[in-house]
Amino acid sequence: MKTALKIISYTGLGLTIVPSLLVAAGILANTQNKTLMLVGMILWFATVPFWMGKEQ
Amino acid sequence: MEQTTTFAQTLESVNEFEREPVPEHKLKGINSFIGMFAGEHTAGTEFVIGPLFVAHGVSAADLIGGLFFGNLLAVLSWAFITAPVAVKTRMTLYYKLEKICGPLLVKGYNIVNGVMFCFLAGSMIAVSATAVGIPFNMPMPSLGDMYPTSFIWVVVVFAVGAVITFVAMRGYEQVSHFANLAAAWMPLVFIAAALAVLPELGVQSLSDFWPIANEKIWTGIPQEGQSLFTFWHVLFFSWFCNMAMHIGMADMSIFRYAKKWQYGFSSAAGMYVGHYIAWLASGILYAVFLLKSGGSDEFAPGPVAYYAAGLAGAACVVIAGWTTANPTIYRAGLAFQSLNPRWKTWKVTLVTGLVTTLAACFPGLVMKLLDFVALYGLLLMPMGAVIIMDFYVFPRIGLKSDYAENAKIRFNLAAGVTWLGTLALCLVLNMTQGVEIFFLGLPGWFIAAAMYVVLSKIIQK
Repeated sequence: MKTALKIISYTGLGLTIVPSLLVAAGILANTQNKTLMLVGMILWFATVPFWMGKEQ
Repeated sequence: MEQTTTFAQTLESVNEFEREPVPEHKLKGINSFIGMFAGEHTAGTEFVIGPLFVAHGVSAADLIGGLFFGNLLAVLSWAFITAPVAVKTRMTLYYKLEKICGPLLVKGYNIVNGVMFCFLAGSMIAVSATAVGIPFNMPMPSLGDMYPTSFIWVVVVFAVGAVITFVAMRGYEQVSHFANLAAAWMPLVFIAAALAVLPELGVQSLSDFWPIANEKIWTGIPQEGQSLFTFWHVLFFSWFCNMAMHIGMADMSIFRYAKKWQYGFSSAAGMYVGHYIAWLASGILYAVFLLKSGGSDEFAPGPVAYYAAGLAGAACVVIAGWTTANPTIYRAGLAFQSLNPRWKTWKVTLVTGLVTTLAACFPGLVMKLLDFVALYGLLLMPMGAVIIMDFYVFPRIGLKSDYAENAKIRFNLAAGVTWLGTLALCLVLNMTQGVEIFFLGLPGWFIAAAMYVVLSKIIQK
C-alpha cells in the first residue's frame, strides 16, 4: 500500500516538473501545463501525508 | 534518521535540552540537516527576493556570479564558524549568551529577535495576501507603496493573519509537519513556473537563454526609483541574508545536534536550492510579468506565480508564505514570553500575531525586504562576534570565558556596550561614509570582536 502511495506521490512531483520541460521545448501549451501542475499538486498533497514522516 | 521527519523534529528539538548539553544518543545524522536546510530556505521570501534583484537592475553575470560566491561564503560561515562552536558546546545560542552576557542582556536580545521575527512574518503574510486576493480582484501593491493601498488589501491581510495566528496559537507541530511535506514540492513549482514562461521571453533553445537573460531578465538597468545592484550587492546580500543564523550564531541551536562540525556544509542544500535556483526562477517570472505588463510597477508575487503556473503557482505562494510565517510568529511569541514565563503562550502568540498582521498591512515591508533582511542580520551579528571571541580568543589571552556566569552578574557591560556600540558605529559608517546596509556586516563583525576584547580586558582587570 505504501509503495503504491509513494508511486502516486512521485507521479505528482513528475506532473509538476516534466510538463514544464515540454512547454520550454515547444511541445506543450502552458495552459495544459498549468492543469497538469494542479493535478500533480493534488496527487502529492493527497498521498504524501500517509507515508512521509511515518517511515523509520 | 529519515530526512523526511527532520524539519518538524528539529523545530521541536530547539525546545529540548535548553539548559544542558545535548546528550550523545540524541545526536542526528547529516540527512536531518540537509532536509531541514532545503526545506527552511525555500520559502515565501524567495518569491520576493528574486524579483527585487530584477527591479534593482542587476546584470545576469553579476547575479549568477554573486549568488554563487555569496552562497558559498554563507555555507563556509555555517561550516567554519557556527557548527564547530555548536558541536563543542552542544548548547543553544540563548544558554551560551546567558553564560557570557547575563540573563538581563539576553532578554534584550530576545526582544530585538522577537520584533524582527514579527516583521519577517508580516512580510510573508503580505506575500500570501497577494495570492489570496486574486479571486477578489484586489488592487495589488506597487514597488513604491509603503502604506496600505486599499480597504480590501487590509481585509485580506487581516483574514490571512487571523488564520495564521490561530494556527500558531495551537502550536506549530502540525504546520511544521505540513511544511516538511511541501518542501519537496515547492522548489519544483519555482523551477517549473520559470521553465514554462521561458518561451514567452523568446527562449526557444538552450543557446537562446544567455542572450535573452541579459536583454530581458537581468538587464543591468534598475526600475524607476530603485538603486542599481552590482556583483558586490548580490554577493554580500546572499552571504549576509542569514547572518543572524550563521555569523550571528543562532543556528548553534540546530547544530548542537550534529555528530560532526562538518555537517555545517549541509547548509549548501538550502543555499543552492532556495537562495540560488529559486531566486533565479522567481526573477524570471517577474521579468515575464514586466514584459507582459509593459513595465508596470505593480509588485505582487501571487498574480505573477498564478500567471506562470496557474492555481499550483498561487497555492505555492500561499503555502510558502504560510509555512514561513507560522513558525516565525510562534518563535516570536516564545521570544517575548521569555520576558515573563508566567505569561500564557497562547496569549503572547495572539498579541504577537496581531502586531505581525498590523505590520503586514504595510506593503513597504515587502518592497524593502532586502533592506529589512540585511538589517535583521546586522542587528544580531555583534552577539555572534562576542561568542566567537569568548570561545576561541579569551582562553588564549588570559580572560575569563562565560564571564556573567563566573562573576555571577545579570548584565555583562562589555557585551552590552559591544552590541550597542557596534550598531552605533555601523550607523555612523552608513550616514557619514555612505556604506550601504548590505556591506556593514563585515566591518561590523571586526568592530564588535575588537570592542568586546578591549572592553573585557578593562572590565575583567
